[in-house]
Amino acid sequence: MATVDLKDVRKTYPGNVEAVKGVSIAIADGKLCVLVGPSGCGKSTLLRMIAGLETITSGTVSIDGKVVNAIGPTDRDIAMVFQNYALYPHMKVYDNMAYGLRNRGTPKDEIDRRVRATAKTLELEHLLERRPRELSGGQRQRVAMGRAIVRNPKVFLFDEPLSNLDAKLRGQMRVEIKNLQRSLGVTSVYVTHDQLEAMTLADLLVVMNAGTVEQAGNPLDIYEKPASTFVASFIGAPPMNLLPAGQGGAAPASGAREGAATIGFRPEDAEIANAGDAPADALALDAEVEAVEPVGAESFLYCAAAGSRIVVRVSGRAAAQPGDRLRVVARAEKLHWFDASGRRVD
Amino acid sequence: MTPRVVFPNKFLPYLLLAPQLAITLVFFYWPASQALYQSVLKEDPFGLRSRFVGLDNFRRVLADPNYLNSVEVTAIFSTATAFFSMAIALLLAVMADKVIRGRGFYRTLMIWPYAVAPAIAGMLWIFLFNPSIGSLAYLLRWVGISWDPLLNGPQAMVMVVSAAAWKQISYNFLFFVAGLQAIPKSLIEAAAIDGARPTKRFWTIVFPLLAPTTFFLLVINTTYAFFDTFGIIHAVTGGGPGKATETLVFKVYSDGALNQLLGDSAAQSVILMIIVIALTAVQFRYVERKVHYG
Ligand SMILES: Nc1ncnc2c1ncn2[C@@H]1O[C@H](COP(=O)(O)OP(=O)(O)O)[C@@H](O)[C@H]1O
Ligand SMILES: [Mg+2]
Repeated sequence: MATVDLKDVRKTYPGNVEAVKGVSIAIADGKLCVLVGPSGCGKSTLLRMIAGLETITSGTVSIDGKVVNAIGPTDRDIAMVFQNYALYPHMKVYDNMAYGLRNRGTPKDEIDRRVRATAKTLELEHLLERRPRELSGGQRQRVAMGRAIVRNPKVFLFDEPLSNLDAKLRGQMRVEIKNLQRSLGVTSVYVTHDQLEAMTLADLLVVMNAGTVEQAGNPLDIYEKPASTFVASFIGAPPMNLLPAGQGGAAPASGAREGAATIGFRPEDAEIANAGDAPADALALDAEVEAVEPVGAESFLYCAAAGSRIVVRVSGRAAAQPGDRLRVVARAEKLHWFDASGRRVD
Repeated sequence: MTPRVVFPNKFLPYLLLAPQLAITLVFFYWPASQALYQSVLKEDPFGLRSRFVGLDNFRRVLADPNYLNSVEVTAIFSTATAFFSMAIALLLAVMADKVIRGRGFYRTLMIWPYAVAPAIAGMLWIFLFNPSIGSLAYLLRWVGISWDPLLNGPQAMVMVVSAAAWKQISYNFLFFVAGLQAIPKSLIEAAAIDGARPTKRFWTIVFPLLAPTTFFLLVINTTYAFFDTFGIIHAVTGGGPGKATETLVFKVYSDGALNQLLGDSAAQSVILMIIVIALTAVQFRYVERKVHYG
């Protein structure tokens, strides 16, 4: 049970590499915070500073209201799941899980009880006597989770824990992590570059870009109101369609925003309409279909429109064929406007 | 899977192997078979004739108190040399692993002693430990130890062990550095988060994961201490004082080359060969089982 507070945290690596450029996040007790962003944006660095594995150049990290800048990883009472799992190869699964408890002087019978209870939760009971190299990728992942859970720490930290699993297993584990985190109620920070994972797991979603926070908040709020073109194109798959607005660009017949340089709409917010059949404040584009991607429940039409590429989602099978000409309409309330610096204009 | 190399010519592979085979034959199998042959012969005092005596040489050697002393000396010398050269090398390697600036330079410095010839290494330690001019001897006297390796057996042993271990430290250091680098950093970090402080991390994570390296070095260092330390002992103590530093290899030399007891010396060589083969077999059979690769 703990809160995690970051105040203007910065990290400069030797050689003047600014990996984190002033990040402030407040994570409430028991919540799951997801840090998402492209590779190299400083997510791992931030997580490792919370863990105590990297020194903090400036700013403060607090756990449970106490500044931990000067406290080493050993004494922060956190647990971490590494991307490569970092299981101790010379120890059996049982000992991998018991190691942290032993180091803290937990009585033997309590260690045994806790390891077995955790193994039961994660369905690892039959693997306790195996060594990590005798496990599949998915099983290793579960052991890494077990090693974190069994300690009952104040905070869980996850660094891309699912990125080495195949797609199906990743989906299963995602649900499982969410349920476990809920039921244990342990404050967690989860790093991923996968926006789907981020959207589905997060209580608090933090979108990072080049060492700074682009936007933080409830995942659906971020989806509905991305604060910048970066967030708009990073969250959601396929990403939001972004077109240059204003002179010579795309714009509705009326109701264009003052100072907007970019106009955007989500693939699912576009409708296929008949020629001339759109309200004046809606964005209407003449598009030519270039490719059709049927996924089953839905299809994506990749089109050329107003000098750009756009994606339109239609449910079920698409009637359109490559080469067809369509009229694509996005209603006024579905439009997103951004200024020249990429910030949202409302 | 590496594809098999197919030679168009039948004889080419043998031709390519020939130099290696020739060297092994001339420098290993031939002397070894000579030793075996000599070990069952007895020469007359003038070295003119020799006759077959069966296992007599072996019986005499094994009943000789000097030989048994030599076995004990070798056991102490080899264990101490292997232990200290590996322990010190490991300590240095762990410290080198923490060095960030000037890493390469530091490592290069550490490797130099390996290029020093055994006899020269021996001379170096003679100077350092020389009772009248050696700086280490001076230090020892200063802390109140009456230092006289020329008369005191255990002190002579300290001297040869120091020289022999010192010479091997560089080699062990290199392997330990490589071994340490092969341990993923995230394991150490995971252990730190799991509440293990540096010393605990070393003994519970780093040391067990270094086991393959340590095992390999144990075999190499034991063999080194048995065979390759002749030059050092020859230069530093000549086996003395008394027979306090006369190892098996040195005794083979002094009996065979100095005292011309060819049969005895050959029998000793054969025993030595058997000991080393047995030791290596035991190491592989029992120690390696405790080693976890990968
Ligand atoms: N130990 C390090 N030394 C120097 N630069 C580093 C180090 N670790 C990471 N960086 C740099 O910091 C930036 C952020 O890295 P990281 O936090 O690993 O990104 P992410 O996890 O978001 O992919 C990258 O530009 C990376 O090159
Ligand atoms: Mg990362």
